[in-house]
Amino acid sequence: MSNKLIDLQHITKSYSGNTVLDDLCLYIRENEFLTLLGPSGCGKTTTLRIIGGFETPDSGHVLFEGKDITALPPNKREVNTVFQKYALFPHMTISDNIAFGLKIKKKSNAYIKDKIKYALKLVNLDGFEDRMPDSLSGGQQQRIAIARAIVNEPKVLLLDEPLGALDLKLRQDMQYELIRLKNELGITFIYVTHDQEEALTMSDTIVVMNQGYIQQIGSPVNIYNEPENAFVADFIGDSNIIEGIMIRDELVEILGAKFDCVDKGFGENNPVDVVIRPEDIDLLGPGEGTIDGVVTDTIFKGVHYEMCVMSRGFEFVVHSTDYYPVDSKVSISVHPFDIQIMHKPESEDEKAVEIDE
Amino acid sequence: MNSSRNRYLASPYLVWSAGFIIIPLIMVLYYAFTDYNGRLTFSNVSAIIYYVNIKALALSVIFSVFATLFCLLIAYPLCLILTTVIKNGSSFLSLIFILPMWMNSLLRTYAWQNILERKGVINGILAFLNLPPFYIINKPPAILLGMIYDFLPFMVLPVYNSVSRIDKDILNAARDLGADSFDTFIRIIWPLSLPGVISGITMVFVPSLTTFVISDILGGGKILLIGNVIEQLFTQDSDWNAGAGLSAILMIFIVISMFVTAKYDREDIK
Amino acid sequence: MMKSALGRIYLTLVLIFLYAPIATLMILSFNSSKSRAHWGGFTLDWYLELFSNEEIMAAFRTTLFLAFLSALIATVLGTAACTGMQFMKRKGRSVIMGITNIPMLNADIVTGVSLMLLFLAARISMGFTTVLIAHITFNIPYVILSVMPRYRELNKSTYEAALDLGAKPLYAFFSVVLPDLMGAILSGFLMSFTMSLDDFIITHFTQGPGFDTLSTKIYSEVKKGINPQIYALSTIMFLVVLLLLFIVNYKPWAKRPHGEIKVTTKTQVIVASGKGGM
Repeated sequence: MSNKLIDLQHITKSYSGNTVLDDLCLYIRENEFLTLLGPSGCGKTTTLRIIGGFETPDSGHVLFEGKDITALPPNKREVNTVFQKYALFPHMTISDNIAFGLKIKKKSNAYIKDKIKYALKLVNLDGFEDRMPDSLSGGQQQRIAIARAIVNEPKVLLLDEPLGALDLKLRQDMQYELIRLKNELGITFIYVTHDQEEALTMSDTIVVMNQGYIQQIGSPVNIYNEPENAFVADFIGDSNIIEGIMIRDELVEILGAKFDCVDKGFGENNPVDVVIRPEDIDLLGPGEGTIDGVVTDTIFKGVHYEMCVMSRGFEFVVHSTDYYPVDSKVSISVHPFDIQIMHKPESEDEKAVEIDE
Repeated sequence: MNSSRNRYLASPYLVWSAGFIIIPLIMVLYYAFTDYNGRLTFSNVSAIIYYVNIKALALSVIFSVFATLFCLLIAYPLCLILTTVIKNGSSFLSLIFILPMWMNSLLRTYAWQNILERKGVINGILAFLNLPPFYIINKPPAILLGMIYDFLPFMVLPVYNSVSRIDKDILNAARDLGADSFDTFIRIIWPLSLPGVISGITMVFVPSLTTFVISDILGGGKILLIGNVIEQLFTQDSDWNAGAGLSAILMIFIVISMFVTAKYDREDIK
Repeated sequence: MMKSALGRIYLTLVLIFLYAPIATLMILSFNSSKSRAHWGGFTLDWYLELFSNEEIMAAFRTTLFLAFLSALIATVLGTAACTGMQFMKRKGRSVIMGITNIPMLNADIVTGVSLMLLFLAARISMGFTTVLIAHITFNIPYVILSVMPRYRELNKSTYEAALDLGAKPLYAFFSVVLPDLMGAILSGFLMSFTMSLDDFIITHFTQGPGFDTLSTKIYSEVKKGINPQIYALSTIMFLVVLLLLFIVNYKPWAKRPHGEIKVTTKTQVIVASGKGGM
């Protein structure tokens, strides 16, 4: 991980008065798997399309290896895109599809033939040369779209929700496939998705976006365990987000009870938001934990039970392998390390963020 | 559903189409291959080789080939522009092409006389600009212009349909892979719009080939197309067998163009 | 920017090409000189005289009545046929759709003479009835090709839900299916009406003596010069349709739940039906 390969500087973009991106700054390092994650309309696809050259920002610059490419058309950029619905050319065979970019660049027939063979092998579809796109399944079309992009040896591969149209099992297989491809090719991937699980599985870096703003940039572990605000906490996995008061360092009051925690530097008696992941809540017998509650709902989820526990007017979501029937009296206990303290939103902007989702 | 009886709802139409579509076409063939006394003959059909007839047919073919070509040349850029420039291209198109139909098409064709004639609108404008006048009325170019005018919508609509159905991301993908505008057009847009183009070609070719109205109104009655010959055989000479014979020849052209369309339609679906 | 400016110029040129004859006719309808070659001054006389010209008014009434009646009958027959086809096997359906395509793709002159030969052979004297039959014949395909695609999109389960809730099939059809088809049926009707209104060739071969629609009247006058009262009538018709279109498309109360009603042309229908796979 070294220098900045792509540098987005103060990018602003709006469509007929709607601001989609507002002063976005972001850089992507060489050989990174970077994921833009967020709900629909958050600006992630627009960001990708600006990098690909399909949109021009209203203001700001796109630098590629230090050179300004803001106004460069897509056909002159050293990036290639895998489109959401694959965008294979329906009237061409698979090999013609893959050869498209190489023919434009006037490569020799022998070279093209080798490349097609190599690319099809890479995506595990040897022997598909003469098939037509619509005779392929969604997953196969997806692989062809990837093959078509990578034969051009781009420095960066842009992927716009490429697994969105596939079913769950295939999606999981393709996630591993993509990681393998990235490692084999040794190029930069910029990946757009709204699926937090996909993002957590594959990325080196996740950029969480909402309403045109970057909410948090970090590694998957970092984003999951230390969300910076309520939006990120809520978007990444299930969360219990509770208003609390930071009494002093390492002690927070939630729902009138005091919980030990490990966070410092939030001042004294300041309002904060507290995040507790459902799997971090331990259910004990009544009176044994910090606060008591009643189980109001239990759903079997396969790996665990998902239970709702009503306690002091707040409904906690709890994941546990232990089964508690509805109406059981329980108590809640949380390890200090599993309590995540976040600042209350201050500006209007951040508040707006909270309403979403 | 207990409804095998419901399919009989289609029977009135079936009876109707048998009586008024199928049988009439058989009548054409019957008259084409019989003489006045009902005896089998090939003379009605082979009459096409007479100089007047073959000349009319050849003229018709030439006119309709050019009309089709010009319609395509005018319509294609129009459709490209409409898909890129105008946001709501399809309703705009329906409006501008449907609206003229509410003024009688014979009248509209006739109005070209006014525009084109010696002291007509165009020559008025040319005179005003001190430019030499041009006379095309009652000459072949006027007929060609009438055909283009009358049948342009038949080219625009299918072409627009096929061009606008091309996924924007397919064009983006071509650009992404290094194609410039020209490459994108040649390799992607044109081949993908071909079904619409073929359909447009047959839609313009058949009516241009068979028209007798346009040549009547804008040709000053001096230029006989195959349509004029057939029309006169039926309405003036009342020689139905001869008329049916030439109609049968026309049907061959029509059937060919129907097959061409059907073939490309099927490829489109595949 | 440059490209879009060129595009707009091109569009404007095509528009001028399309509308120049219409503008010419409208201007001529105010020309006091009966010769169309020169401008004799502004007049409304043609408009005033038009209504007392029994010949033109009769042709006008015939045209409207013919268009209305043929479109109505075609709509009933066509919609019934589409409904029937829903209960047929694929093969039967494609045979019917194949027959339906014949009048659409055939040359009008062949359709016209084929019907003429039928009427002659059957010794049916030609007049309003024969023209009506001819118009219904070429109108039904417009209705079918407009209604069939809608049937394909139709959610079958609403009909089944109605049956499930105790409705009799006929009641279920009229209360659930028909409202959903209404937009397509109406657009089929409008298309038929328009086609019938504008037809000349087929009418020409199936009309009898003393029978005239506006089209045949115009054709018979082409050689000797068209009565400017016809320009006036056409201008009125055109403006009325323009006004109606404006009202339907731009007034909020005219918004319909089942999609807007569009007038479609022969080609659009053929293109649309081609998509369905015939």
